[in-house]
Amino acid sequence: MDFTEEQINRYSRHILLQDVGVEGQEKIRRGRVLVVGAGGLGAPVALYLAAAGVGAIGIIDGDTVDLSNLQRQVIHFTEDVGKPKVTSAEEKIRRLNPDVQVETYQTLLTAGNALEIIRGYDFVVDGTDNFPVKFLINDACVMLRKPFSHGGILRFDGQTLTYAPDAACYRCLFHAPPPPNAVPTCSQAGVLGAIAGMLGTIQAAEALKYLTGVGELLTNKLLTFDAKTMTFRTIKTKRSDKCPICGAHPTITQLIDYEQAACDISDRQKH
Amino acid sequence: MAKITVNGKPQEVANPTSLAQLMEQNNIAQPDMVSVQLNEEFVQRERYAATALKDGDEVDFLYFMGGGRS
Repeated sequence: MDFTEEQINRYSRHILLQDVGVEGQEKIRRGRVLVVGAGGLGAPVALYLAAAGVGAIGIIDGDTVDLSNLQRQVIHFTEDVGKPKVTSAEEKIRRLNPDVQVETYQTLLTAGNALEIIRGYDFVVDGTDNFPVKFLINDACVMLRKPFSHGGILRFDGQTLTYAPDAACYRCLFHAPPPPNAVPTCSQAGVLGAIAGMLGTIQAAEALKYLTGVGELLTNKLLTFDAKTMTFRTIKTKRSDKCPICGAHPTITQLIDYEQAACDISDRQKH
Repeated sequence: MAKITVNGKPQEVANPTSLAQLMEQNNIAQPDMVSVQLNEEFVQRERYAATALKDGDEVDFLYFMGGGRS
């Protein structure tokens, strides 16, 4: 544990915490977290993890910054419009905390690359906007026994759960992705920008709790909130025996690119 | 009447009421898009109609929520 005086100063509010201290800060420094999606959720997650001094932050996103992103994706600024999101995010992280090693993947997470990318990290944060990738993250993390934080936001609502090996996974609660367009996304139905911050900071806190071993993770629970009434609920869940990936008789033994399959089907129907 | 809890809020339903009927009464537009827990146990979709609610039951409707990146 060889923190410089400057680092001791930078992380002093963590070090002051009895549950964290210098040892906890060292665990954070040794931590490697993958943030999937540099958008509404990924932005606050990446910023708080960078500020916290997480040793390596991986960011995967294939998109470029759009003007309509700036209402909530606080890691991207007006002058970044048109820039790859991973580049924009990397620049901000470096300016915020040069201690952090940033690893960028300007691509989509797919069945082909998910295991290889996720394998290199201690904790994964789902900040994606679509169900195919949410299920992909779940399946890959269950297969690799890698903890992750699921996050979803819509309109004024948010939901999150943390998976850790042997706890309920996302598929225990939601067996399979909804049909395309059955559930609206933020780009279709809108979202209050600050909701992304509310949920993203919960996810960042879960990642830091995992790295430091402090407290209890949001495992076997689903936290939901409605910001209109500022009502938070924690629903207890259980690992499902019938879960298609982590249950007694798993039917899913390899990763699935749902979106691809759906596109293939609709393409075939068109011809 | 049976006194149950739906998403944390007390609700009274006629006796008997099935889970499928409760979903109708709660105006759940797309039952396929909802996961249902009864007393913390996940209920298979095929069992909604055959599952009768009783006093003290806790029902949670869990909704898909995407969002975050785009």
